[in-house]
Amino acid sequence: MQNDTLNTNNTSDTEAKPKGHSIDFSSMRRQSNALNLKDEKISIEVDDLRLSYGEKEALHGINMQIPENRVTAFIGPSGCGKSTLLRCFNRMNDLVDDCSITGKIIHDGYDIYQRNVEVAELRRRVGMVFQKPNPFPKTIYENVAYGLRIQGINNKRILDEAVEWSLRSAAIWDEVKDRLNDSALGLSGGQQQRLVIARTVAVKPEVLLLDEPASALDPLSTLKIEELIHQLKDDYTIIIVTHNMQQAARVSDYTAFMYMGDLIEYGDTDTLFTNPEHKQTEDYITGRYG
Amino acid sequence: MRVPIKKWFKGGDAWVWLNAGAVAISLLMVFSLLLLIASRGLVHFWAHDVLEAELEVAGSPNKIVMGEMVDTESVPAIQLKEAGYPVPDDVEFMDRHLLKMGNRDVHGSDFRWVLDSILVNRHYPENVITLERREWGNFYGYLVSLKENGQLLDSNNSSWEVFSQRIDRALSIHESIHEIEKSEIGHINSQMERLRLNQRSYELNDELTDSRLADLSSKRALLDTDYAGLQQQLIDLYSEINRDSVIMRTADNTEVEIKIAQIVRAFQPNKMRIIEKLGFYVEKIVEFVTEDPREANTEGGIFPAIFGTVLMVIVMSIMVTPLGVIAAIYLREYAHQGAFTRILRIAVNNLAGVPSIVYGVFGLGFFIYFVGGGIDQAFFPEALPAPTFGTGGMLWASITLAMLTLPVVIVATEEGLSRIPRSIREGSLALGATKAETLWRVVLPMASPAMMTGVILAIARAAGEVAPLMLVGVVKLAPSLPLDGNYPYLHLDQKFMHLGFHIYDVGFQSPNVEAARPLVYATSFLLVVVIALLNLSAVAIRNRLREKYKALEV
Repeated sequence: MQNDTLNTNNTSDTEAKPKGHSIDFSSMRRQSNALNLKDEKISIEVDDLRLSYGEKEALHGINMQIPENRVTAFIGPSGCGKSTLLRCFNRMNDLVDDCSITGKIIHDGYDIYQRNVEVAELRRRVGMVFQKPNPFPKTIYENVAYGLRIQGINNKRILDEAVEWSLRSAAIWDEVKDRLNDSALGLSGGQQQRLVIARTVAVKPEVLLLDEPASALDPLSTLKIEELIHQLKDDYTIIIVTHNMQQAARVSDYTAFMYMGDLIEYGDTDTLFTNPEHKQTEDYITGRYG
Repeated sequence: MRVPIKKWFKGGDAWVWLNAGAVAISLLMVFSLLLLIASRGLVHFWAHDVLEAELEVAGSPNKIVMGEMVDTESVPAIQLKEAGYPVPDDVEFMDRHLLKMGNRDVHGSDFRWVLDSILVNRHYPENVITLERREWGNFYGYLVSLKENGQLLDSNNSSWEVFSQRIDRALSIHESIHEIEKSEIGHINSQMERLRLNQRSYELNDELTDSRLADLSSKRALLDTDYAGLQQQLIDLYSEINRDSVIMRTADNTEVEIKIAQIVRAFQPNKMRIIEKLGFYVEKIVEFVTEDPREANTEGGIFPAIFGTVLMVIVMSIMVTPLGVIAAIYLREYAHQGAFTRILRIAVNNLAGVPSIVYGVFGLGFFIYFVGGGIDQAFFPEALPAPTFGTGGMLWASITLAMLTLPVVIVATEEGLSRIPRSIREGSLALGATKAETLWRVVLPMASPAMMTGVILAIARAAGEVAPLMLVGVVKLAPSLPLDGNYPYLHLDQKFMHLGFHIYDVGFQSPNVEAARPLVYATSFLLVVVIALLNLSAVAIRNRLREKYKALEV
């Protein structure tokens, strides 16, 4: 079904299509040039992915392609399976006891669900940031150095460099550079979340999975996180799950709308928000349900 | 305004009062217990005044008695009448006093109940001297004269000051004798024993060549010369210490000669001012805590028992903590959470309810006889038939108590592990850490306060346990501490003393019940203090860990 969406002609002139929704998403877009998934380099390919918890199937055959160095947003009502799908990309669902998965997720030429895949290495390459900031009860420095220490890097000089670089990447360096040896738990929620992002980029992942990264934060911190996502896009493939449609519209290049475990519509964000193919999508983004 | 009773109940006030009442009763019980043992025990160390009085006995001259008044009680007059005392008809109760009269070598017994009514002409003579002796308990009496080498000294040289100086001299000589006997000769003995065991093991393995035998003999000869030298020193010191003696007169004018070497401490309680008595009190408490016991544990200190208790608890903690934590990690983190794990968990919890004596029996049967016996066969055949590990000792006592406290540690650790937020674990896993790395680097540090809670509970339980210890290595009187200067320094195979058992032994196995009673209270109080200290230090560690790994607000 996503092919249909992709074939839809993109137009930058969204003003011409009065759709009756209350928010003018187009004005939030920072880039106006049209995007097309066909032109993108594909980072992750999902092939008929089905996931069930015990008897209950939560994802009913998902097919999609995630473009490299772009921000892809998953939106949909609660319980639609968007977080579940996100957690498939770094096999976080392995931790759930009665979870079973069929289908393929191909990243870098390999199916990540093959037996011989080293899950820890996969998770290093596909980093994840969670809904609630979850810094470790260690110092700021040790939080960022954690992933590197796991890899056996204990050289002080390398760690120092990596910590500074990561904190700069996460736009938090200036705020914490004087108190690297303080507990990370003393930071504000927004700072903690950026610290967690710094911690994640410190291990140089290829993909960043953001699971509602700003939902527990105040508007100002949310803004900072969104700016950060923009900056990080150049170096990472970013997938973000969000409840907030304005956020999806602001930060993402592509958006997938999911409903009840199905991928309903997937395409570039402009088109999806201004000219949705499906009635359900339109209903959702115009706030009629969800 | 009256509140209807029904409404009062409904309002919840009743429950608040009930709860507050329960807390108050608990506190009251704890504090009255502490107060009782503290007051009964701690008063023992005070320098009591010595009373001299006359006993009126109908039909015979008054008898002079002297001693400390340690207890007073009311007895029904009827009971006294039946016992044959002259009792006036119109009284129902009469007071009687327990006099600690000392002088056991003279009178045969050192405590005596006397009726208040027949104790007349009471006074506290200034120059009464109390002697604490190494044998026969206290002596109360007056100084007559001093003797040196069997010769009486003239009266100028028989004053209290000279007496005190001579006691100090004897004490310092005694100290050197003790030093030589305990540590130097003890050292030689332990080396001799090692040589004997070496030789025996060569014999057992058919490896005893002539050169080895010569080597052993030469070492032995060296030790023998050392020993002979020390022996000579000892003989000299003994003749020095036995030089002086003192002639004392008791209240009933019997003169007794006492060797000054036998005296631990002499003081004139009736002359002492309150400040002096306080100083004396502190000195006695310090003695109680730091010295070895004397006279079948009824006098002196209880240091070996404190040491044994603390060391055993520490060794036990070292054993139980890793084991309990590892078991808890497996149960909580790795085991499949099914019916089997549930049964296992119930079994672990039930272990905590098994009577401790059962663990003692198990420790004796399995650890000592089976494991210890096996170790002796395999590693210490040269010492057989004398057992090394095949008998009760510090190691087996610690292991037995570790088993006893294992469930506590497991339950507490599991509780702690289950409280670590899932998000923290996921955060670590998402950075490419394996489950083991996550556990080791994040989860366990965060769960460490809970582990400490488990250890605290384990310590509290283990330090107070007596029943199993009686089977697995505690003794009434251990010849040496389980930690000393002789190789291998920590003697886990040795038997040891323990405060809990000490209380039982002194209180209920002692031939001199009256003398032992205050010590029972004092030792009980000390046991409570030791347990409280162990707990407090563990609590301090836990609080530091808590501060360090303050969990996220979830």
